[in-house]
Amino acid sequence: MLLTVVRPMTQEKLPATARLSMQGIRKTFGPTIALGHVDLAVLPGEVHALVGENGAGKSTLMKVLSGAHSADAGVMFLDGVPYQPRNPLHARAQGVGMIYQELSIAPHLTVEENIVLGMEPMMGPFVNRREMRNRAMEALAHFDHPDLQPNRLAGTLSVSAQQLIEIGRSLAMGCKLLVFDEPTSSLAQKDIERLFLLIDRLKAQGISIVYISHFLEEVKRLASRLTILRDGSAIATRDVASTSPEEIVSLMVGRDVNDLYPRSERMRGEPILEINQLAGKSKPQDASLTLHRGEVIGIAGLVGSGRTEFLRTLFGLDAVAAGEVKISDVTSNNNSPAARWKQGIGMLSENRKEEGLALGLSIADNITLSSLDRLGRLGYVSPAEMKSRSARWIEKLGIKCQGPQQRIGALSGGNQQKAALARLLEHDVDVLLLDEPTRGIDIAAKARLYEAIDEIVADPVRPRSVIVISSYLPELFGICDRIAVMSRGVLTEAVPVHEITAEDVMRVATGKSDTLTHFSSL
Amino acid sequence: MNPTKVKSIISLFGPFLALIVVYAIFGALNPRFFTADVALNILTQTVIVATAAIGMTLIIISGGIDLSVASILALCGVIAAWLVARHVDPVLVFCGTIAFGAFCGFCNGSVTVWMKLMPFIVTLGTMQIFRGSAKVFTNGTPINLPPEVTTWKAWMGGSGLPHGVWLMLGLVIFFTLILRYTRFGRHIYAVGSNELTATLCGLPVARIKIFVYSIGGAMAGLAAIMNMAKSSQGDPTTAMGMELDIIAAVVIGGASLSGGEGSVLGALVGALLMTTIRNGCVMNGIPTPWTEVITGAIIVIAVIIDRLRHKRA
Repeated sequence: MLLTVVRPMTQEKLPATARLSMQGIRKTFGPTIALGHVDLAVLPGEVHALVGENGAGKSTLMKVLSGAHSADAGVMFLDGVPYQPRNPLHARAQGVGMIYQELSIAPHLTVEENIVLGMEPMMGPFVNRREMRNRAMEALAHFDHPDLQPNRLAGTLSVSAQQLIEIGRSLAMGCKLLVFDEPTSSLAQKDIERLFLLIDRLKAQGISIVYISHFLEEVKRLASRLTILRDGSAIATRDVASTSPEEIVSLMVGRDVNDLYPRSERMRGEPILEINQLAGKSKPQDASLTLHRGEVIGIAGLVGSGRTEFLRTLFGLDAVAAGEVKISDVTSNNNSPAARWKQGIGMLSENRKEEGLALGLSIADNITLSSLDRLGRLGYVSPAEMKSRSARWIEKLGIKCQGPQQRIGALSGGNQQKAALARLLEHDVDVLLLDEPTRGIDIAAKARLYEAIDEIVADPVRPRSVIVISSYLPELFGICDRIAVMSRGVLTEAVPVHEITAEDVMRVATGKSDTLTHFSSL
Repeated sequence: MNPTKVKSIISLFGPFLALIVVYAIFGALNPRFFTADVALNILTQTVIVATAAIGMTLIIISGGIDLSVASILALCGVIAAWLVARHVDPVLVFCGTIAFGAFCGFCNGSVTVWMKLMPFIVTLGTMQIFRGSAKVFTNGTPINLPPEVTTWKAWMGGSGLPHGVWLMLGLVIFFTLILRYTRFGRHIYAVGSNELTATLCGLPVARIKIFVYSIGGAMAGLAAIMNMAKSSQGDPTTAMGMELDIIAAVVIGGASLSGGEGSVLGALVGALLMTTIRNGCVMNGIPTPWTEVITGAIIVIAVIIDRLRHKRA
């Protein structure tokens, strides 16, 4: 069913030199229309951002581009030549390379073997090792990364270096168009910077880039134009420089988003959780914090600074080496997750897929997993009760699904995360420990989570308290009352958000300062 | 009806449908196959594998595996026969054998959990240990039941449905209810589906796993009594390779070897399916080697169907 609709080139003011032109792309899966009618044009040497909520059709569009799916209708041109990829390898051979969110390298092969994987230069029945080395060196020359030796095992490299292998794979094939799908989601800050510089260089060499991201800052930093997808259609293509973030979000969501971070009147109450000089095996080294009722405290810091370990140690998932945890003025002698749940503390893992959720089980199973004993007496679990309790959260948080019995693995990331939060709400905990709660989820789902957090913290009858880790500072400043910074395993004092700026936080996080105060007040 | 429901019905009735089809095919080839005698024979022959498979289902749902199950069965069998030969009260024979089976399972579970080892390797080792112990215990020769003791005949033979069949059916219902309607049952699924999530949610993961292996051992002990009742002896070399039949029954019944999925009803159907094929082949004069080929093919097909089902989900 390829190429049934041919539309004249005149319908858009495309320069004849467009590197990639996708016209009238349509793709359906059974009754679901994934892509209605999408046009996309990418110029040579352009970074073109593709933004939209999860489920808007970004990945489907890119799968059509890379040949993983064939379109039901529409045509594609690469440098004006009709382009019909049969599969991703074929697409790469024709000049379109994909850099996936989940890395696709073979950890037991060397860097050079990974780079030429599937396209090995042959000499009779054997791999031409010299040619392989040459090609790999040529591709690696783009990066200037000390760890990227051609004969090193790929599995021994950092995530960022592995990502470079993927990019190198496409460059070795002479790709003219690279697609980056959420490339920064698993990178540390300094690797992100390095990646951005690389993208700038590639752009300068005339390579076109399609950049998919949830982060509008990244789009602002890198892209010259952006196309917004919503519900399987390309809503608009804009110049990045002349478009405000609010406008982009409104276009993505399809309605005005005035206030992403709602903040109701909060009543700070008595201390509910006191942490005194808590230390884990290696991190955290020293963390003290007092959390009050009706308060949100944010933990900022670099990846690897010990933020996650702090929450894990506090929750009893990692061993406590020293220190004291007091809940409502009572010192806790039992530091295990089971004890914490009983004490009214719940945790949301940063790693939704591997730790946070049992993906093979139903939404209802996942929401009620920590509080099964409330679904019946003497070990009995009432399926009806489980269903109705879960249905309430599905309704309340707007979890898009077929019903409580649906396998949670089938949901989008944002909806999975809402269900993960629902577990804490269903358990009705007083203290919520949230580790990167909005990582990898779309803006509408984020807004919903912020609303839910604000609502429980401002609850007039029983205000809850939240400790939230985030790498995204605008989010922390948006939802928190106080912020503390973790740096090399040591946590600073928590300071009210209106007394400090993002720069102050970064100065502590990067080790340029020890205390979190506003710079001018020093 | 929503798609989720349809899917769960298909996964439950898929093996059941296969059983009916296989039964019908053999019946069409040989009308004698449709008699009550043959059906009774199939049910009785299934008891041993199915009883052990019930325990194995729990272990596999929890994400584990027990390769030593047939060895536990042999070891418990010689112990049961030894007790019977000493004219111990039948109730005590039941209790003692099941308790010993549970102890074997407890060893598997606790070594796996506390030493953080792969259950495949641990039970590969205990498979030899238990089998060897059975041989040591009996000096390698079977212990025959005294001819005057007739209590055990009715469990696997006699007129009408043997007790063993009722026991098997009762256990299937019991464990179906446990898995579906109790906290312990839901915990088993959660541990098998994602152990880290279970830990995060404060579940006593170690205790659950050890308990599940103990139940698996207890069920093997019960199967050993049925095996003894059938053969009127405790043979240390009995049930060689039966662990594979037991695991296959569980997998045919829709369980996933990576955990989090499976049902005891499915395991029963899987066990019935394999017995039906064996009986059907015998009655139709199909040579044993071909029976093996067919049984093996059914297992592979079951796994393929399972794979396809997951792909669609």
